[in-house]
Amino acid sequence: MDVILFLIFAAISLVCAVNVVIQPHPISSAISLIGVMGSLAVLYLLLGAEFIAAAQVIVYAGAVMVLFLFVIMLLNAGRETAQSKSETAHLLGVPALLVFALLLAYFLRQRPEEGVHFGGFTGGSAEAVGRALFTAYLLPFEVVSVLILIAIVGAIVLARKEI
Amino acid sequence: MQQVPQSWFLVLSALLFALGVAGFLFRRNIVTVFMSIELMLNAVNLSFITFAYQHKDVGGQLSAFFVMVVAAAEAAVGLAIILTVFKNRETLNIDDISSMKN
Amino acid sequence: MLLWLIPVFPLAGFAINGLFGRRFPKAAVNAIAIGSVLLSFLWVLKTLAAAAPLNAAVTERYFTWIQSGSLSIGCDMTVDRLTAVMLLVVTGIGSLIHIYSIGYMAHEGGYYRFFAYMNLFMFFMLTLVLAANYLLLFVGWEGVGLCSYLLIGFYFDKKFATDAGNKAFIVNRIGDFGFSLGAFLIFKQFGSLDIAVMSAHAAGAPTGMLTAIGLLLLLGACGKSAQIPLYVWLPDAMAGPTPVSALIHAATMVTAGVYMTARSWPIYVHAPDAMQMIAIIGTATAFFAATIGLAQNDIKKVFAYSTVSQLGYMFVGVGVGAFSAGIYHLMTHAFFKALLFLGSGSVIHALSGEQDMRHMGGLRGKIPWTFWVMMCAAVAIAGVPPFAGFWSKDAILLAAYAHAPWMYWAGTFTAGLTAFYVFRAIFMTFFGEYRGHHHPHESPAVMMAPLVVLAALSLAGGVLFKVPDYLSAFFPAREAPEDMSLMAISTAAGLIGIALAYLMYVAKPALADSFAASVKGLYWLVYNKYFVDEVYDAVVVNPVVEGSRAVLWKGIDAGLIDGTVNGTGARARDIGSFLRLWQSGNIRSYATWVLFGGVLLIVAMGLAGGAR
Repeated sequence: MDVILFLIFAAISLVCAVNVVIQPHPISSAISLIGVMGSLAVLYLLLGAEFIAAAQVIVYAGAVMVLFLFVIMLLNAGRETAQSKSETAHLLGVPALLVFALLLAYFLRQRPEEGVHFGGFTGGSAEAVGRALFTAYLLPFEVVSVLILIAIVGAIVLARKEI
Repeated sequence: MQQVPQSWFLVLSALLFALGVAGFLFRRNIVTVFMSIELMLNAVNLSFITFAYQHKDVGGQLSAFFVMVVAAAEAAVGLAIILTVFKNRETLNIDDISSMKN
Repeated sequence: MLLWLIPVFPLAGFAINGLFGRRFPKAAVNAIAIGSVLLSFLWVLKTLAAAAPLNAAVTERYFTWIQSGSLSIGCDMTVDRLTAVMLLVVTGIGSLIHIYSIGYMAHEGGYYRFFAYMNLFMFFMLTLVLAANYLLLFVGWEGVGLCSYLLIGFYFDKKFATDAGNKAFIVNRIGDFGFSLGAFLIFKQFGSLDIAVMSAHAAGAPTGMLTAIGLLLLLGACGKSAQIPLYVWLPDAMAGPTPVSALIHAATMVTAGVYMTARSWPIYVHAPDAMQMIAIIGTATAFFAATIGLAQNDIKKVFAYSTVSQLGYMFVGVGVGAFSAGIYHLMTHAFFKALLFLGSGSVIHALSGEQDMRHMGGLRGKIPWTFWVMMCAAVAIAGVPPFAGFWSKDAILLAAYAHAPWMYWAGTFTAGLTAFYVFRAIFMTFFGEYRGHHHPHESPAVMMAPLVVLAALSLAGGVLFKVPDYLSAFFPAREAPEDMSLMAISTAAGLIGIALAYLMYVAKPALADSFAASVKGLYWLVYNKYFVDEVYDAVVVNPVVEGSRAVLWKGIDAGLIDGTVNGTGARARDIGSFLRLWQSGNIRSYATWVLFGGVLLIVAMGLAGGAR
């Protein structure tokens, strides 16, 4: 059952990811990205990260991607036209990419370990995450809040009209 | 078989990351490039959560949480920059933004 | 005993005149300069009177100058009988020449500078004489070389004067190189540069080492005392003012080589090969220089070659073991050579700068005082008894005969040549008809008084100051029987020279020119000083200069060193230009390179086993 669940949503995420990269229109890419994020949230649930899964859907898919869509519509970005290529990117990038992927897969594959199933890890509840955030990881938490403040200020400064 | 081997998650994460890199390298539209970056970050998040499961440590999930927060902040600022660049250059072609040449 | 005052009085004179002399009136400059030298002379007299009879050396140690490992050099001064003779000569003749200079330099520019340099020279010379170790002696040695350079090039706006100064200094440097090596070997052998230490241990040292030291010190002496092969600077040094020629290049500096060799007698006595070399060089130089002096027309050049020749005699004396005879001749030579130079200065002053003897003549009646003092000097140098030169020259010749008869015969023949050229100069200058265009006038009293004193010393000095007897307690005894026949022969040679000069320049003046015409080739060779300067130029100077220019300057300095330094900059720029192309401004290519680097990192980590 868990396996089937994994396979389905892993397939969905892969297809959507490929779509993100391949689609010529940015809107299509954005919608596909939302699909990736949703399927990843399910996979998080499988891994016992309930809070993170919820946060993924609410924040990532719900807020960040909406922001992307707003900007795409604001910019009135159209289809991407076929123009110049970057030789470096194509000549060096393709082989590098293949090698990279294979390497990652190779190194990550050879680990004998326990399997993943629902309920295998119970420390991902909201209570557990909250407790850790406010005790052991308090400092990063506070710093990150300042970071968000800076991002807000920066975004406002950058996006307003010049007077 | 009731259990999914952990390595499958990690392989998926690797593939998603590679796709993100491919998008970054081969697409010309700035916004698409940005979305590829988000894809990469998601892939990394998946592997963080996987390792949290492996070591039974919530710290991995918290790392993913922070990654999300930072990604959100970065998306906000980055999109603002893209808006500014678009206002100045009237183009969304990443190859045309090369004033740092030489 | 405050020996240090002896050199420090003139040093003070140099400092005061050098720093403030420009603003002083001439009288003040005179008072300081002459006064300092006279004070030094008086202090010498006082010291010698207090330390008489000087059977043992009196040494004063002032402070430790160098203390490095086993090398310990103190600033030490010592007085013994040899030093006493030298001190009296240097300060006495020095005072007289300083007084003379008041008159001679009265109309020259740079008056205070001249006396400052002269005082500085006295300081260094006295340091050289009083030094108790070779290093302090070398300080004086180099210092007198420096003052010689400054004073030869005194008329620094004339190129031939500055060239002569350069030549003197550079040729001396070659000699100093030998001296330095000798000093190194002395330290290696005896563990100290003290002369007393050397004297005590010379007997036990290996002969080979002593011979090496002796030859190296001889090289230094050849440079300073203008012997073959390093004599070429002395005739050119006549470009300086005449008192300089008298003091430095006749009486004192050039005798430093003889003095140093005599001081090192313990080394030479135990290294007979080195001593033989001294004697051979001395004989050869004496003869060689005398032949050149025969044909010169510049009155100062005649006396310059005469100085070289007479220094050769002193070296013969030292080389055959008659050290006291060599020093004796040093003293008498100081008397009559200083007089000859100063007298010729008086002649030049009378003729407002004329130095060519072919434009002189018949001055006997016009400047009688000068004539008579020059005559005194001439008979002294010619070896006419009982004047000063006779005693000292004969002492040397007799000792030479006892050592190797050929040296005696060469020396006697040279004595004849000496008499000839000196009297040739006298006759051409003072006899016959006046061949010039000036109005000769006698020199002032301030110039004549020292000349009269020197004339008296030239005549009577040999008898008054019996140096060999005085120094016999200092040097090893040397048996030289008084052979009347040898003395008669050498005296006869001198008289024959005088007679021949009279014949050729007074009785039958045309004879000189016809003789020169009949031996034209030989005359041409001798007149051009055997082209030694030209040979040196071609063989040594030009190759060194050209080699320096082509190899060292252009090749190594400009090419290699500048090339390396500049090249480093150019290469850095080239590498930068090449690396700059990488910054294409294209974000995607940057990202690609990042990916590429990431791949490399993963591979490296995997190989290092870090990914487990």
